[in-house]
Amino acid sequence: MKPSPISNCERRFLLRAIEEGKRLDGRQCYDYRNVSISFGTEYGCCIVELGKTRVLAQVSCELVPPKPSRPTEGILFVNLELSPMAAPGLEPGRQSDLLVKLNRQIERCLRNSRCIDTESLCVVAGEKVWQIRLDIHLLNHDGNIIDAASVAGIVALCHFRRPDVSVQGEEVTVYTPEERDPVPLSIHHMPICVSFAFFQQGTYLLVDPSEREERVMDGLLVIAMNKHQEICTIDSSGGIVLVKNQVLRCSKITAVKVAEITELIQKALENDQKVRKEGGKFGFAESIPNQKITAFKMESAAVDTNNVEEQAEEIITKADPPSEVPVLYTPGTAQIGEGIENSWGDFEELEKEEAAEEEGEDDATAFECQKMEIEDTNMMEETKTDEPILLSDSEEEEVVILQPQELPKKTRAQTNLKQGSTSKKAFIKRRKKKRAAH
Amino acid sequence: MVGGGGVAVEECVGQVVLPGDVLFLPTHPDEDGERLRLGASPAPPTKLLCGPGLRRCDAGLLVTKCGLLRHRQAAGGAYWVDSQQKRYVPIKGDHAIGIVTAKAGDVFKLDVGGSEQASLSYLAFEGATKRNRPNVQVGDLIYGQFVVANKDMEPEMVCIDSSGRSSGMGIIGQDGFLFKVSLGLIRKLLAPKSEIIQELSQLYPFEMVLGMNGRIWVKARTVQQTLIIVNILEAYGETVFKASSSCELTGVTTRICKKNVAKMTSGCEQNVWRKCLKANTHF
Repeated sequence: MKPSPISNCERRFLLRAIEEGKRLDGRQCYDYRNVSISFGTEYGCCIVELGKTRVLAQVSCELVPPKPSRPTEGILFVNLELSPMAAPGLEPGRQSDLLVKLNRQIERCLRNSRCIDTESLCVVAGEKVWQIRLDIHLLNHDGNIIDAASVAGIVALCHFRRPDVSVQGEEVTVYTPEERDPVPLSIHHMPICVSFAFFQQGTYLLVDPSEREERVMDGLLVIAMNKHQEICTIDSSGGIVLVKNQVLRCSKITAVKVAEITELIQKALENDQKVRKEGGKFGFAESIPNQKITAFKMESAAVDTNNVEEQAEEIITKADPPSEVPVLYTPGTAQIGEGIENSWGDFEELEKEEAAEEEGEDDATAFECQKMEIEDTNMMEETKTDEPILLSDSEEEEVVILQPQELPKKTRAQTNLKQGSTSKKAFIKRRKKKRAAH
Repeated sequence: MVGGGGVAVEECVGQVVLPGDVLFLPTHPDEDGERLRLGASPAPPTKLLCGPGLRRCDAGLLVTKCGLLRHRQAAGGAYWVDSQQKRYVPIKGDHAIGIVTAKAGDVFKLDVGGSEQASLSYLAFEGATKRNRPNVQVGDLIYGQFVVANKDMEPEMVCIDSSGRSSGMGIIGQDGFLFKVSLGLIRKLLAPKSEIIQELSQLYPFEMVLGMNGRIWVKARTVQQTLIIVNILEAYGETVFKASSSCELTGVTTRICKKNVAKMTSGCEQNVWRKCLKANTHF
């Protein structure tokens, strides 16, 4: 299915809001959305929610022969999948550019940074090693897939337990979870990606862009860092030109965010371990609350609502009242409310030109129109106390409105033609000359 | 043919019904007692409207969507299923907001959120002639109504009514913001005495266009005010199904509006505004 296109007014509004420093959901420029981590019953399965973006990660392992070039190292295989469940624009099966890009970024973040110790995954050198397979599925796309996927990936790897193995000479014994407790993977560090979206050729910067913001951004910078402030990968896409101190500023922000997220991950892992040890209930059924059709989930948090009503009243009274002076976009028309600009091009000019070229009833209607306009302006100036503000982008230096004479309807056309046509044609010609001069 | 197990329709009003349920229509006493009735089914009541989510079958009404069954006594009576839906299916006569995706000769292609793109002829605007074309660009918003909408053809929209006047339809202006909500919220907002609209209108002036395809366009004087309205409506949509009675909702909406304005305009940490909503919507 085609994704719904973004309209011009949305794009404009988002850019204007970003220039004023406002985001759609009320966050500040450097704010992250709420991250929540929940674990499944099996080891190595977790769901990470970054705002409304949801990602599921699952780790599994298998004994395989190693790669010939690295006989003493285990293998880490990372795979990210997008499905139409996440967003209507994502189609199954087809290898889109987005999918390839995301897969590459996640691989670089997790594999090239050597976050897990692959040497410890070796069982028999040259013959059997553990292959750790990490599958990441996107459940809902609301922007910033890469961050959510990287958090889910590293959390799942930390959570995973592989079966214990003992080697005696040539014999290899793999113990089932009942015989011996499964063993966690040895993780050196936790690399986490943080995305920065740039707007207006790098002038404005937002952290953790949502889906709407991603659609209007100029470029994206992804920095993967661990809590020891070591940068694991940097990736810039979208073709924007970044200045050195922008990149430095982003890396400082990344350090702060990564520290917060790592703390959250540690806490989540500890909680889960505690629950499992104490024999309590664990798994998705417990940690993800019941989503009934009549109960929408929104994050809840405490708030100080002591004297908010008074504050609100204060603000409303202090704010400027709507101005009494009406603002008109073209002279000679009456408008209710602020209205919208006339999007028909220059209606009156077209009509006058056509009237000059085509003779007949068009003339009568044009004259009648002008007569009505004059009446309108007269009425308006009488009733309103303040002068209406006229905003007109008319290119004419002066507007001459011809006064029609009092004549019966149908015959008006013919008589007026003869009397007024010459002067009118001259008028039109004058106007055309003015336009040609422009 | 559905077997036995149907329920009288009056008993189910206000309860959840599931697809496949059969509801028996109330049997009316014969107006003319002498007339013989040919056929086993009871005489159908006159002018009973069978609304969305329901279909006529020989035994009565067959439910096709899950939701709450509603009834209205006015104008001969009507039954319909109030179901929650976010995906729009074009229906003839509905007013919707479309986004122009392409200009193909004489016709604009609009995305209305359905499975197919709708087509809109450039002559279907008020005062349009072959020489006088409307000034429509790709990416503009159009408010129009469907004249053709069935499952066999692509839907067609027009921006004039049957007498040739635009009556509010046409190209929607440049500024403002478009966002999407569920279809049920739109119906609630379009109800004649919608409290949330009245409360919002007392805050500050704004313009709003509601499309039956779940799209709302809002424009207020500043970006801040527009964002407040957008967030209020989205939050209202999420909580509207929690309210069991409308009187609870009136008090809540006043508080939502006032707190929203306070938090967003006073420059406090803007994350807090969301928490305000949550504090008020637990009921």
